[in-house]
Amino acid sequence: MKEYRTISQIAGPLVFVEKTEPVGYNELVNIVQADGTIKRGQVLDTSDELVVVQCFETTAGIGRDSGVRFLGETIKMPVGRQMLGRILSGSGKPKDGGPEIVPEKRLDIGGAAINPYARDTPRQFIQTGISTIDGTNTLVRGQKLPIFSGSGLPHNEIALQIARQAKVPGSTEEFAVVFAAMGITKEEENQFMQDFERTGALEHAVVFLNLADDPAVERIVTPRLALTTAEYLAFELDYHVLVILTDMTNYCEALRQIGAAREEVPGRRGYPGYMYTDLASIYERAGIIKGKKGSVTQFSILTMPGDDITHPIPDLSGYITEGQIVVSRELHRKGIYPPINVLPSLSRLMNLGIGEKMTREDHKKVSDQLYAGYAEGVDLRGLVAIVGKDALSERDRLFLEFADLFEDRFVRQGHNEDRAIREDTLDLGWELLATLPEEQLVRIDREMIQKFHPRYRKKAAEESGTSSATASDLRSESM
Amino acid sequence: MVTAVDLDAHMYDVVKVGHEQLMGEVIKIQGENIIIQVYEDTAGIRPGEPVENTGLSLAVELGPGLLTSIYDGIQRPLEVLVEKMGDFIERGVTAPGLSHEKKWEFVPVKKAGDTVGPGTIIGEVQETNIVHRIMVPPNLKGGVIREIRTGSFTVEETVCVLEDGTELTMMQKWPVRVPRPVTEKKNPDIPLITGQRILDGLFPIAKGGTAAIPGPFGSGKTVTQQALAKWSDAEIVVYIGCGERGNEMTEVLTEFPELEDPRTGKPLMERTVLIANTSNMPVAAREASVYTGITIAEYFRDMGYDVSLMADSTSRWAEAMREISSRLEEMPGEEGYPAYLAARLSEFYERAGRVETLNQDMGSVTVIGAVSPPGGDFSEPVTQNTLRIVKVFWALDAKLAQRRHFPAINWLNSYSLYLDSLHDWYDENVNPEWNRIRAWAMEVLQKESELQEIVQLVGSDALPEEEQVTIEVARLIREVFLQQNAFDPVDTYCSMAKQYDMLKAIKTYADRASAAQRAGVLTSQIVAIKAKNDLPQVKFEKDYNVLLEKIYAQMEAEFTALKEA
Ligand SMILES: Nc1ncnc2c1ncn2[C@@H]1O[C@H](COP(=O)(O)OP(=O)(O)OP(=O)(O)O)[C@@H](O)[C@H]1O
Repeated sequence: MKEYRTISQIAGPLVFVEKTEPVGYNELVNIVQADGTIKRGQVLDTSDELVVVQCFETTAGIGRDSGVRFLGETIKMPVGRQMLGRILSGSGKPKDGGPEIVPEKRLDIGGAAINPYARDTPRQFIQTGISTIDGTNTLVRGQKLPIFSGSGLPHNEIALQIARQAKVPGSTEEFAVVFAAMGITKEEENQFMQDFERTGALEHAVVFLNLADDPAVERIVTPRLALTTAEYLAFELDYHVLVILTDMTNYCEALRQIGAAREEVPGRRGYPGYMYTDLASIYERAGIIKGKKGSVTQFSILTMPGDDITHPIPDLSGYITEGQIVVSRELHRKGIYPPINVLPSLSRLMNLGIGEKMTREDHKKVSDQLYAGYAEGVDLRGLVAIVGKDALSERDRLFLEFADLFEDRFVRQGHNEDRAIREDTLDLGWELLATLPEEQLVRIDREMIQKFHPRYRKKAAEESGTSSATASDLRSESM
Repeated sequence: MVTAVDLDAHMYDVVKVGHEQLMGEVIKIQGENIIIQVYEDTAGIRPGEPVENTGLSLAVELGPGLLTSIYDGIQRPLEVLVEKMGDFIERGVTAPGLSHEKKWEFVPVKKAGDTVGPGTIIGEVQETNIVHRIMVPPNLKGGVIREIRTGSFTVEETVCVLEDGTELTMMQKWPVRVPRPVTEKKNPDIPLITGQRILDGLFPIAKGGTAAIPGPFGSGKTVTQQALAKWSDAEIVVYIGCGERGNEMTEVLTEFPELEDPRTGKPLMERTVLIANTSNMPVAAREASVYTGITIAEYFRDMGYDVSLMADSTSRWAEAMREISSRLEEMPGEEGYPAYLAARLSEFYERAGRVETLNQDMGSVTVIGAVSPPGGDFSEPVTQNTLRIVKVFWALDAKLAQRRHFPAINWLNSYSLYLDSLHDWYDENVNPEWNRIRAWAMEVLQKESELQEIVQLVGSDALPEEEQVTIEVARLIREVFLQQNAFDPVDTYCSMAKQYDMLKAIKTYADRASAAQRAGVLTSQIVAIKAKNDLPQVKFEKDYNVLLEKIYAQMEAEFTALKEA
C-alpha cells in the first residue's frame, strides 16, 4: 500500500493531503507519525490532487513528516455476540483489558436508512415504572424518545432507573442495552459503570466510552458504532435493544468544531446547516422491521444549553425524535424526583401502545385529563402570585391544589420505586382526579367515569359487599 | 456532490455516476465542470469513475399503478426496493415508478375517427375504486384516431394510434420541475371539507386553495396533515413525507388501508399516493420529493379530479435546498437559505389551483404545507416567505399543545382568506344561519381573549356579571367545539351538519343565558346550568341527536325553573 508524505496543511482535526491515485469519499485513512504512532481518519473530500482527511484522534503529533495511507475501504466495524458484557472505547477498541472482538460480521457504520415500507409500527408498551412516563408519556418498543435536560439535573439517574426497570410486562424475550457515552466526565462514567455492575446489567450490555478528555472528533463515530452494534443485535440476533446515548450535546459540539475547521458557512448559532440531516442519521436508527424479532429503542440524553428548549440542539432533536421527556430545574429545586415536567414532554407513539388489551381502556383519557388539570393549575399559580388566593373561585382553588398534589404524588417517586401501570400509575391518577368536581372532567366520557372514578368504584364495591381495593386505598410505597 | 468533466450536459439532466450507476442530477455548469447532485450516498466513489448522461431531466412515470403506491423522493417504489435489496435502502438500485408488467383493463371512450388534442381523455382503467382516465399527453399535439384498442395491456403497450402514426400508451412521462398545462385557472369557491371543526368551522380552505400549518415540534402538524389526508373530501390524496420520520410513514401505511372514506365507505388507501423520503434518506431526493408529489397531483387533476396534497414538511425541503446550495458555495441569503428560496416556494404553491383542464373538465389541486420553524419562531424565512403566498394560515401553538388542547390551532392568530368566496356555499349547503353563527363564535373568542387580560390582573370574580357568562360560553366553544380528538373513532371526523348542530347548541345556551340575565337571574345560577355539562359528550356519540335533544329539553327545563324562582 502506498504511503504518501504529502501533507500540505493541518487545521484542527483536518489534514490536507496531496495524492496521485484516486481515493474514495469516506474511505478510511491511517496517519503514521514519525514516532510510529498510527492515527485513524476518514476522507471528507476528494478531488484529483487533494484529499481532506478528518482525523478521529487529536492531530497533536501529526506533522508534514507524517505518512498517510489510504486503506481503500470505508469504516467497517467488527460485530459479534461476544460484544455483550464488553466495555469499548469511543472508537470501538477494548477498554476493559479483554481480547479484541472476533468479528462475526463487519458492518458499515454509516447505517443505511430502514426502508419505510419494511418498518413495522411500534405498538408494544414498555413499562418503565415511572408514572410521568408510563402514565402520561408512554414509551413503546422501537421508539426514539430522548431526555431533554440541563446541566446539573438528575438525567443520568432517570436514565439508569429506566434501564433498570424497563420491561414489557409478561415478556421474557432477550434484551440488551447498548450504552454510548460521548464526552461525559469520569465521575459520570463511574456513576453509570457502578450501577451497571451493581445490578448485573453489564452482562447484557455493550458499553462505548468517549470521555470528556478523549478527542472530540471521535464523538462523531461513537454513536454510529453503538447503533451499528444495536442493529446487529436486534435484526440479526433477535434482541430487544435499548440504546442509551449520552450526551448528544457533546456530539453536536464536535460536529460544530469540524464544520468550523472546514470553514463551512455556519447555520443557526454556529452549528452546521446540515445538523438536522446528520442528527436524523443517528436518531432514525431505531424501530422495528417486519418479520424480525428484535427491536431498537433509543433513549438519548441531551443537556439544553442554558435550559433553552429552542436552542438548535434540542430543537432539531425534537423535530426528529418521537417526543421528548423534559427534566425541569424548577421541580428539581422543589426537591421532586424525578423532576419531569409533563407539560412540555410528549410521547408521540403513546397512542399506539396504550388502551384496552395493552394497558387499560381509560389510559388515554386519564392522561389527557391529568394534563389539562395540571396545566390549568400551573396557570393559576401565576394568577395567584398577582391577585392572591382569595380572589380565586372555588373551582380555581381546586385546580390549584390539584397541581400541587399532582407534583407531590404523581410526579414524585422513589429512585427504586417501580410502579405498575394499572394498579399504581393509573389508579393514582384517578385518585388525584377525584379531588376535582366531576363535571370538570370533560376529557373523560361518562362511561369511563362510571367505571373507574373512585366514587363509583367504591359504590360498586360496597354494593357487591366485597372489600376489593379501591383506588383511594393505594398508596405509593417505597420512597 | 460530484464534479464531472468532459460531459455533454444540460442543467437538470439526469446522469448515472460511477461504476455503481448512482442516479444524479446536473445542478450547476461551470465552464468544463459539470456539478452533479447525487440522489444516493456517495461513500467510496473515486475520482476517475465514469459519468453517463441520460440526456433527460428528472421525470415521473404517470399511469395506472400510482394509487396505493409508496415512493421515495425520485419515484422509486419502496415496496419494490424491499424486494430488490432488503429492509435497508442500499444504493445503486433503480426501479421504474410503475410496474411495466402488470396488465390493466383499458376501456376506450373515444373511437376511430375522433379528433383528440393534448389532454383529451381517450379511455379509462378501473385502477382501484377510482377510475383512472387515460389522456393524450399534454406535450403531444394530437390528431385523428386511426385505431383504438380494448382489452388488457401493460402501460408500455400501445392502446391507440393516431392518423399520423403517433402511438399512445397508458403511461406518460413528465418532468417534475415543469407545471402541467391547463386551459384556465378558476377562482376557488367550494370548500374542501375536512371534518375538522376548527378548520371547516373557523378557517376553511377552498378546493384548489393553499394553506400552511406552521408550528414548533410536537404541536400537531403531522396529526393534522394526516387527519386531512384521511377525512378531507378530495377524490385523490397525495401525501409527501419530506424529511420526516420513518415511523410516521409506516403508521400511514398500516392505518390507511383499514380506514374507510366516511362518504363513500371505500378504503382510504385506494385514493392515496404516498411519497416518503424520510430525514435519513438522501437530501437530494428529499429536494426532489416535493416536485414528484405535485406532478402526480397535477396529473390526477388533469383527469378532472379534486386532489389534495399534503407536504410534511416544507421546511425540510427548504433545508435540503440550503444544504445543496451551501455545497455549491452559492451566496447565502437569509439564515443561510439560498436567495431563490422565496421563488421556489411560490412556484410550488402556484401549482395549486382550481382549473379547467385541457379536456374541459373542472379539477383542482389543494396544497397544504407543514412548516417547522426553528425554535417555533414564526419570523424565520421559510414561515415568512410561505405566509406571503398562501391564503390560509393555521397557526399551531405550543402552549395549547402542552395543555393537550388539540388541534392546537390558535384561533386568534389563524386566518382564512377564502371566507368571502365560500360564503354562498355554506349558505346553500350547510345552513343559511351558518355564516352568522360562525361570526358570532369568533366574536366570543375574541372577546374572551380581551377579558382574559383583565382576569389576569384582577381575578375572574371581579368581572361584570355579563362578561362572566361570556367567559363561560367561550369555554364551551373551546372545549366542546374547537377541541377535537383525532384518535377517537367518532370524534376524528365531524360532518358539517354535526358541526352546525354543536355550535347551534352552544349559541342556544348563550342566548338563553342572556335572556335569563335580563330577567334578573343570578349569573352563578346561569353558569351552573347542568344541561351543558353533557355537551362534550356529543362529540363522542355517533347518533348524537338523541343526546342533543335531551340536552335541549333539560336546558329548557332548567332555565324555566330559574325564571320562575
Ligand atoms: N387533533 C389531535 N388530537 C389528539 N392528539 C393530538 C392532535 N394533534 C396532535 N396531537 C398530539 O400531539 C402529538 C404531536 O403531534 P405531531 O406529531 O403532529 O406534531 P408535529 O407538529 O408534526 O411535530 P414535528 O414537527 O416534530 O413532526 C401527537 O403525537 C399527539 O399525541
